[in-house]
Amino acid sequence: MVEGSRKMVSLLFVLSLFSALSAAKLSVTPTKGVPWPMPMDYKTTGKQNTVDAASFRFTTRSVECDILLDAYVRYREAIFGRNADRFHAMRQSPKFVQMFSQEGDIGEVSVDVSKPCQGSYPSLESDESYSLSVANGQVMISAQEVWGALWGLETFVQLVYKSDTGEYVVNDTIISDKPRFAHRGLLLDTSRHFLSTRILLRNLDAMAQNKLNVFHWHIVDDQSFPYESMAFPELSNKGSYFPESQVYTPTDVAEVIEFARLRGIRVVAEFDSPGHTQSWGLGQKGFLTECYSGEKPDGSYGPADPTLNTTFPFLKQFFAEVASVFPDQYIHLGGDEVSFTCWQSNPVIKDFMQKMSYGTNYAKLEGYYMQNLLDIINSLKRGYIIWQEVIDNGAKVRPDTVVEVWKGGWEEEMEKVTKQGYKTLLASCWYLNDISYGSDWTTYYTCDPQKFNGTDAQKALVMGGELAMWGEYVDDTNVLSRLWPRASAVAERLWSPKDVNFPLVAQPRLIEQRCRMIRRGIPAEPVTGPGTCPVEYREP
Amino acid sequence: MTGGTMKMLLFLFWGFLFSAVSQAQEIPTAPSRGQPWPMPMSYKAGGQLNTIDAATFRFATQGNDCDILREAYIRYREAAFKQHSERLLVVGPLRFRQNNLRFMQQLRGQENALLQQLSVQVSTPCEGRIYPSLESDESYALDVSGGQATLKAQEVWGALWGLETFVQLVYTTNSGEFVVNDTSITDKPRFVHRGMLLDTGRHFLPKRTLLQNLDAMAQNKLNVFHWHIVDDPSFPYESRAFPELSNKGSFYPGSHIYTPSDIQEIIEFARLRGIRVMAEFDTPGHARSWEEGQKGFLSECYSGGTRNGMYGPADPTKNSTFTFLKEFFTEVASVFPDQYIHVGGDEVNFTCWQSNPAVGDFMQKMGFGDNYAKLEEYYMQNLLDIINSLGRGYMIWQEVIDNGAKVREDTVVMVWKGGWQKEMANVTKQGYHTLLSSCWYLNLITYGEDWKTFYTCDPHAFDGTDAQKSLVMGGELAMWGEYVDDTNVLPLSWPRGSAVAERLWSPQDVNSPVLAEPRLVEQRCRMVRRGIPAQPISGAGGCPEEFGGN
Repeated sequence: MVEGSRKMVSLLFVLSLFSALSAAKLSVTPTKGVPWPMPMDYKTTGKQNTVDAASFRFTTRSVECDILLDAYVRYREAIFGRNADRFHAMRQSPKFVQMFSQEGDIGEVSVDVSKPCQGSYPSLESDESYSLSVANGQVMISAQEVWGALWGLETFVQLVYKSDTGEYVVNDTIISDKPRFAHRGLLLDTSRHFLSTRILLRNLDAMAQNKLNVFHWHIVDDQSFPYESMAFPELSNKGSYFPESQVYTPTDVAEVIEFARLRGIRVVAEFDSPGHTQSWGLGQKGFLTECYSGEKPDGSYGPADPTLNTTFPFLKQFFAEVASVFPDQYIHLGGDEVSFTCWQSNPVIKDFMQKMSYGTNYAKLEGYYMQNLLDIINSLKRGYIIWQEVIDNGAKVRPDTVVEVWKGGWEEEMEKVTKQGYKTLLASCWYLNDISYGSDWTTYYTCDPQKFNGTDAQKALVMGGELAMWGEYVDDTNVLSRLWPRASAVAERLWSPKDVNFPLVAQPRLIEQRCRMIRRGIPAEPVTGPGTCPVEYREP
Repeated sequence: MTGGTMKMLLFLFWGFLFSAVSQAQEIPTAPSRGQPWPMPMSYKAGGQLNTIDAATFRFATQGNDCDILREAYIRYREAAFKQHSERLLVVGPLRFRQNNLRFMQQLRGQENALLQQLSVQVSTPCEGRIYPSLESDESYALDVSGGQATLKAQEVWGALWGLETFVQLVYTTNSGEFVVNDTSITDKPRFVHRGMLLDTGRHFLPKRTLLQNLDAMAQNKLNVFHWHIVDDPSFPYESRAFPELSNKGSFYPGSHIYTPSDIQEIIEFARLRGIRVMAEFDTPGHARSWEEGQKGFLSECYSGGTRNGMYGPADPTKNSTFTFLKEFFTEVASVFPDQYIHVGGDEVNFTCWQSNPAVGDFMQKMGFGDNYAKLEEYYMQNLLDIINSLGRGYMIWQEVIDNGAKVREDTVVMVWKGGWQKEMANVTKQGYHTLLSSCWYLNLITYGEDWKTFYTCDPHAFDGTDAQKSLVMGGELAMWGEYVDDTNVLPLSWPRGSAVAERLWSPQDVNSPVLAEPRLVEQRCRMVRRGIPAQPISGAGGCPEEFGGN
């Protein structure tokens, strides 16, 4: 579809919105069967195809694999509901067919994937493009790789809606789609508060419903260490809130990774150091710097201690395990908010500073720590993502490092980071834990990661962005409702073309997306004022 | 317990908290153990423990017995022991046996006294579907000492709060035993009206969630559910006399309505917990959804001499308006047993009235000139006469008074706008009873620990005589529904609502957020254990039992 026709579709939305407003009913009328995030090219007509629930099936045209087969089961349920299979069986009973023999137009969805996909894992280089056509009862999804096919299935399911007479219908549609950015992430912080595996899995489902493809798992921090290490079990035994119930066992972690993989989502683990590591110190004595008051240690601890010859062997062994547990090509190493006051108080550190000729420049000590850590990750053949401070403090890092920008003044920072030739990710605009009253999704929606001064080559280094849900005030009780559908706004920004950026036009579609997520089991909260969903949320 | 003892106890909390804070930056606040929320008027606890055997412990009525007590015993047994004991079983039979063994050893060794029952004495008969009111006696006394526990109350409502407090005193030791410290409590609320407003007009809230919220209210000794049941966007109340109101005015008449039996169930559920259900049917503004099922109720708006298809407030010029209201509120009074009906009266916009020629004629006829506030007063006065004739008291939003309408002297005025100190001074000077809500709009979310602002707002902090202050009956927290529905209403309400609950129950000088925080953290985890998704409100931390859905 050409640019022009998408604009026409947008215009139609605007008109339908205004007609709804003038009709005295106060709520905005949601769209019906329109996808979120908006595809690159999307052309649709009013011509409806009914879905034949009795015979409906997904058919693989060429390459078959575990990922597709699992998706077919999920997406069948997403269309027809939890009791899809029982309903299916009932529909096929002769008596039922006799009573309600009503042929639907669409009996099958053909899925055509070019490259073999059995057992594969997504990456930054994954081809996520797909094309989808619905016409005359024929549905075809084609993709180069299975990852594109997954998104195509998600889109197809979003096109299905219930007609006024209660039938499942899909309008004639032609879509050609691919993401604007390769890295579309969501950060959860499982250290400030523990989040149960059950919630992490449900959140992955919600991410897939919005075509987000990276779960950035900020798994440990100062407050707790819920990651159960096989090599260093004391880390979680001592460092978690409740070692019996609030840890992620190797089985839990493997389950999360597999669940994500089947949805085309990468799991990038973050083990933040040398700051944000108080909880490490509980199970790994001697890892942290002892802080001094006057001549004596005062019992408190600072960042990791780069002067000890035990620190880096420990990190090497620990990250070797991390690399074996998390298959993703990237590991997030943190590196943010390193406070120098404790280092400054410690006499051994001061001696080391002298020996290394750092003077009083503690940023150099931080650089020394990070360089050693990056070498370790390098030797494990993984790429790394770091928070912006590492670069800000002048540490030299590998040219393929990805720098995540999270502070205010991100436009200057992105300009600076890309000028140095680093790949970058934007998070500053999307701290969703930082709540405020009302429709704040419009602010998230209108922040564009390429809106900084720079050449095309610099802009091309922007891999995408991440929304963050830091955990100070978030746990199982509220994390999903606080995330969704506010995070959907970010998801569309990172997937859809740059010019799909008008909140008023997006709103009717966002309302449909929220209600669709609720129907599929996600407690997505209201974000557009008074209104309703046909099916309200039920705790599963 | 004297003020002094309470202060000493607070001092202990203080020390405990600081030792935790100095350990390391950002270390979670250590929760209290077995401390009640809201803080009782007088509370004395000793270090001596009483052990409870969950299998044999019982509540024993001495004297007056009734349905309210019997139902409460079932609930509170579960609240005290059920999920605790499941947890013990979950961690494995071996540990459970060990706990049991240790428990038996302790019994033999007589280390702790064994508490076998709580005896409950209510002085006034409570059988026969009695309903709580503004005049209910909610006081109680609770003593636990040397294996004996007694709860005494004048009325059953006090006994209910005493049971809640008792269950909050029970905690598990590190070895998994149920224990209660020796405790002596004399308690009664500072304010008689401790309300919570939910708005089911802007988003629908299913009955199941309303019931769950009543449980949460009882856990915090809130005693009035202010049900803002209908508003501009929808009319989910199913009226028997006017079924078209919800047929046409609800979001989905097949699913998004409250049937008469739903409402009965909610009122009964609340009654059994000592909670009044006060319905609000807001008019003449905020009534857009009424028009869908009651044609001609609202004023038609005009643009340049012709109707423009929009509607304004209720139309006070027609006789049919008040005939309808009389029949409608007669039904409301028969459905809701509470002595008060909230009739709204807020945010009446005059522009539509001003545009309507028939309204203009009526203004002339009545000699109101251009003063549309007089028209509003005329409407309200007629409505209040109707409620009066039904033998009910009424609550109104502050604008009715602000606009100078004369109302019955026993009217309760709810203050919700900014500048509440002046307004409360003004309203009480005129001799009206009043309720404060301005400080507690919990739907207005901000990042971080906003409960501290709610906690430190005192409804008596305005300039006025003692007589004026005594007209303050309490307050209400409000969870308006623009951005709230079944997906988020409970975590947004709790435990932020708990901060308001303590302000309205506990003595005025129990007002330091720093002292309250460890107890509030315990209260949150207790609510989570009892099935309420109460969200974190004091930074990083963990509850022993996380929320697991319903």
